[in-house]
Amino acid sequence: MCGIVGLFLKNPVLRPDLGRHVSAMLAGMTDRGPDSAGIAVYHRPAGEGACKLTLHHADPAHDWSALAGAIAQAFGCEVDAEVRANHAVLVADAGEAALRDWLAAEAPDVRVMGYGQLMEVYKEMGLPADVLRRHGIPAMAGTHAIGHTRMATESIVTTEHSHPFTAAADMCLVHNGSLSNHNRLRAFLRRRGERFETDNDSEVAARYFAWRMREGASLEEAMEAGLRDLDGFYTFAMGTREGFAVLRDGIACKPAVLAETDDWVAMASEYRAIADLPGVEDATIWEPKPAVVYTWKLD
Amino acid sequence: MQTVDLAAEGVRALNGRLHALPADTNQRVWRVTNPRGAHAVAVGLTQELEVVVEGHVGYYCAGMNEAAHVEIRGHCGWGVAENMMSGMVRVAGNASQSAGASGHGGMLVIEGDAGHRCGISMKGIDIVVGGSIGAFSAFMAQAGNLVVCGDAGENLGDSLYEADIYVRGAVASLGADCVEKEMTAADREKVAALLARAGISADAASFRRYGSARTLYNFHVDHADSY
Amino acid sequence: MTIDPRNARPSAAFPPNVIAEIQRAADQGIYEIRGLGTKRRLPSFDDLLLLGASISRYPLEGYREKCDTDVVLGTRFAAKPLELKIPVTIAGMSFGSLSANAKESIGRACSAVGTSSTTGDGGMTEEERRASKLLVYQVLPSRYGLNPRDLRRADAIEVVIGQGAKPGGGGMLLGQKISPRVAKMRTLPEGIDQRSACRHPDWTGPDDLTIKIQELREITDWQKPIYVKVGASRPFFDTQLAVKAGADVVVVDGMQGGTGATQDVFIEHVGIPTLPALRQAVDALVDLDMHRKVQLVISGGIRSGADVAKALAMGADAVSIGSAALMALGCNKPVHVADYEALGTAPGHCHHCHTGRCPVGVTTQDPVLEKRLDPEQGARWLRNYLSVMTLEAQTIARACGKTHVLNLEPEDLVATTIEAAAMAGVPLAGTNWIPGRDLR
Repeated sequence: MCGIVGLFLKNPVLRPDLGRHVSAMLAGMTDRGPDSAGIAVYHRPAGEGACKLTLHHADPAHDWSALAGAIAQAFGCEVDAEVRANHAVLVADAGEAALRDWLAAEAPDVRVMGYGQLMEVYKEMGLPADVLRRHGIPAMAGTHAIGHTRMATESIVTTEHSHPFTAAADMCLVHNGSLSNHNRLRAFLRRRGERFETDNDSEVAARYFAWRMREGASLEEAMEAGLRDLDGFYTFAMGTREGFAVLRDGIACKPAVLAETDDWVAMASEYRAIADLPGVEDATIWEPKPAVVYTWKLD
Repeated sequence: MQTVDLAAEGVRALNGRLHALPADTNQRVWRVTNPRGAHAVAVGLTQELEVVVEGHVGYYCAGMNEAAHVEIRGHCGWGVAENMMSGMVRVAGNASQSAGASGHGGMLVIEGDAGHRCGISMKGIDIVVGGSIGAFSAFMAQAGNLVVCGDAGENLGDSLYEADIYVRGAVASLGADCVEKEMTAADREKVAALLARAGISADAASFRRYGSARTLYNFHVDHADSY
Repeated sequence: MTIDPRNARPSAAFPPNVIAEIQRAADQGIYEIRGLGTKRRLPSFDDLLLLGASISRYPLEGYREKCDTDVVLGTRFAAKPLELKIPVTIAGMSFGSLSANAKESIGRACSAVGTSSTTGDGGMTEEERRASKLLVYQVLPSRYGLNPRDLRRADAIEVVIGQGAKPGGGGMLLGQKISPRVAKMRTLPEGIDQRSACRHPDWTGPDDLTIKIQELREITDWQKPIYVKVGASRPFFDTQLAVKAGADVVVVDGMQGGTGATQDVFIEHVGIPTLPALRQAVDALVDLDMHRKVQLVISGGIRSGADVAKALAMGADAVSIGSAALMALGCNKPVHVADYEALGTAPGHCHHCHTGRCPVGVTTQDPVLEKRLDPEQGARWLRNYLSVMTLEAQTIARACGKTHVLNLEPEDLVATTIEAAAMAGVPLAGTNWIPGRDLR
């Protein structure tokens, strides 16, 4: 089980401080999830036609510049690599699907944590505050972020089992709860081309939404379909290019708090994660209703 | 009056101080500042104290309260006044889920809205809500009164026992074995008294009453659908 | 008239008892409800043996070559852990399910031997609190009778997620046992069939359990150990989650664990046996380096000192007994035989706790039947039984060369079947083979 947080900054003035605020929110949820933590930050858009990938390797001394060079050669483009602890953010002037296929073939021990234009995903075992600090999250700017602290329920504690799970370009999911029909759903999605890295129920949810959207559903439609097809208890927060979405199942036994001011929208498993945000004294605070999709989008 | 800065002292210290007060204490009025969503604030009180919490609290504020008067000047998380035995707990803002869960006595007043499962498993507590309540409220409610000035969400009084539910606004749907019942003069008097004690003004005659149909009290195959 | 031998072949799928049950369901339109635990033959402690002394391992004499049996439960966070003289406790059973005399017998016996008893799904009775020096107070989904005064005068608090007879199910007590006193304690109308919640009303999941445990500690000023009890289903994950949620003690109840009243299909078809449950719970603690730091109590079909010794050898800190304790009080004793027959059963086969017509006064609220169990006699019986269990365990432990029963270890065990070897994680006797070891 877990703690989840989401922060969406409507007011550009606050955006340089996104990392600081969301890190405090996530550290505030350590009690709910001491095993591992992860965060998706939306910032630093890759240029037109370019793609940003967040990669991870188990070896802290992995030679990222060699990898960047190999990609540059294979695709005949420029590749930038920024290393943060075990992660590296690569920006390349190439298509994301081709890049991912190349990596799967040529560098199978490199894990793709996230990809898209904006989204960077960092996740690792350890206490949330340590994970955030090691990857320099508190100093990051950006428009929005979602994060997760994990207390593993039915699968093991590893980096790849941590959330967020990337479902599609610039789209990822964090989950608090426990699904009950994910195993059959995983087999169903595998037959339809989804590749799974773990036996984690949350990964099934992420790839389910990705599959629905590949089949033509909007994010809202995919999440509505999820209410029918996903069984169990859940609060989901999804990060998207434009913003984020929140959904609770119809029985609603897992917590969720929403708070909004003119400057921001925040979501968390418990209010105390939101308690220190600027202007929170004047925030509207409410609980999302069960089985209702809530979305926020940048203008 | 004693003032405790919760951010500086912590919940354990606050509760420790409140629990350690002797029966003849003259430190009966307490103000708690900077709660910032902390859990288990002012739980397990046993004396006639007045505790005002300035701000939002997390889960189980005033849990298992006996005799004390606890006021939350903000919103509260899950299970406010859970299993309360007596006394008064007041929430100025909104309450999250399971407000007053399994409460045995005393009164819980929520001036704003309450989330799902308000009054779940209640065993004698009186709950008065100025706003609306969420789904699955009064689930397996055994005894006590739930008075709601606003609306009630889906499945009100699911698997209801002997608690009485009064709602002024709309009820989205009724749960298993929960039915509308006649508002008698005695009910109106009772609701009026509860509202007065809660300090919330509303016309008792505008409430509708819901209670158990008692068809599930002993199993019968013809009611198997309800299970 | 004799049956033609060609028609005498028994059906495995539809034996007479199954046919009768189908016809009963057709008649009554309700599932069968009964008491006690699973009746199936399952891989169990019966399939394990202990390795006594030999040339390489020396036994202890009796008498002054002591084999100690004391255990402390709740050392992790509580100011006052429970100090038990023997590693056998009495499991949670409700007043309501049990008679007041039964609860008092249990309390007195526990005080006499220096162990703890546990309240159940109905709250704490005065008799039990007075009689039992060490009383564990359950916090269950129903919250019947729960109150802070009893919380504070308990010696430990047990948050119950489930029990072995029905992991995922709530309490059940039928109308015939909802006497005036029971009804009052549970805030229910007399004579109704109690419907109980299966989830707690104000938390779901280990992350929120963490906060609930914190609240219980705050209410009781961090004095008392907090136990978390689960019915065995996924005990590896559950044990780890209980530890992460802040439990001092984990209690795991295997499917042989009894109940006062539950659907037969629930008892027989949901949950896993005590043997693999214990193995997985110990593995979970070892994996977190919390073995012996968070204590583990195992229950579900514990019957003798041999079971106790084997459970401790596998890594439990203590065991808990329920059905066996009731049997010591007379459950299924061949007395008042006509009353068993009136229930459609016979001594040795009775599981009719749910009827409230217990012929020996143990699981009844009927004032006439209740008198058949005298608390002083009951206490003496149970105390004797607990003493015998302890002596048996000590005898075995001494033979294995142990000065303390908790020094029994998995290497003192072998299994007599492949299933038991795989479930318990000990070698098949005469071999080095633990089936499935690599796949764990």
